[in-house]
Amino acid sequence: MADYAHPETLVSTDWVAQHSKDPNVRVVEVDVDTNAYKEGHAPGAIGWAWNSQLCDTVKRDILSKAQFEKLMAESGVSNDTAVVLYGDNNNWFAAWALWQMKMYGHKDVRLMNGGRKKWLAEGREVSTDIPTPAKATYKATGPDNSLRTFLDQVQAALAARSHAMVDVRSPQEFTGEILAPPGLPETCQRGGHIPHARNIPWGKACNEDGTFKSATDLKALYSTEGVDGSKPVIAYCRIGERSSHTWFVLKYLLGYDRVVNYDGSWTEWGNLVGAPVERGASAAKA
Amino acid sequence: MKVEEHSERKIDIDGWPVNLTSYRIGETFHCKADNVSPGAALARTTGATRQEAEDKAIARARELLSRTKRREP
Repeated sequence: MADYAHPETLVSTDWVAQHSKDPNVRVVEVDVDTNAYKEGHAPGAIGWAWNSQLCDTVKRDILSKAQFEKLMAESGVSNDTAVVLYGDNNNWFAAWALWQMKMYGHKDVRLMNGGRKKWLAEGREVSTDIPTPAKATYKATGPDNSLRTFLDQVQAALAARSHAMVDVRSPQEFTGEILAPPGLPETCQRGGHIPHARNIPWGKACNEDGTFKSATDLKALYSTEGVDGSKPVIAYCRIGERSSHTWFVLKYLLGYDRVVNYDGSWTEWGNLVGAPVERGASAAKA
Repeated sequence: MKVEEHSERKIDIDGWPVNLTSYRIGETFHCKADNVSPGAALARTTGATRQEAEDKAIARARELLSRTKRREP
């Protein structure tokens, strides 16, 4: 991991196994499929459900500062706790949680490289015990909106061609052939992508075992599509979790400073009356 | 408990590539079917044998994938 810009943001499965009882470390599983945690998780890990604990459940938004502080306190996380996040689908929603923790100023938050997939494939211990950590005190800062972008900012960036726009969905979603990942409900009125976006599916950043590719390979992957850190970057997907994964790669593994996650993503843009949309296979690069 | 007999393979369900992961925890086999790209979980099932868990996951995945419409891009 030494060749990454910020190797301190990643830990290995071995490291997690060795620190499962470390009182200064809190391991948290965050899955797309919220039933995965109950099936068995890394011993000592607590679970956060992305759809009830990591978002405002009334309006569409991330947690408010007060909600975030409450979650941290109830999870036994203080401002000095090292938090290690991992989850299914190569850390999709673990990256989403990390993005929110960075927005609220948590200093030491890391991803377990390879996520749940690697933990299981390695035949490691799992537990169905649900820890009940002692309540902690937590004071958040922010939110740091330099890590996030909203619709009006994306529209302005599109008009000015000021940003590299990275659509991290599958090529079929990008072209408009399908409106949602296969098997999932369609959640937009139109298929396609934001004009001038480049299609770099999130999964291209990962090896078969779920770990991140080397910095050299990642740099080649993104620079081929014109994403080299010279322009600010907007990453988007369907609801903002896959793009959190790419946001993490660009910001912490490659060290590009000006990267934002557009969590409104295609469920916002693809439902917007009058929004320009590009479609078609010719727009997608393999 | 440890994760044992972990196995992962790619299959095709009605033209859609699907990743099938199965393993045993204790006496129970678990299976997860997800679409290879982008990787969203379609089904998570259990069974007394690997075959039983996989058959349930494939059936559920087929049901969900049949709802996905392909359009002319």
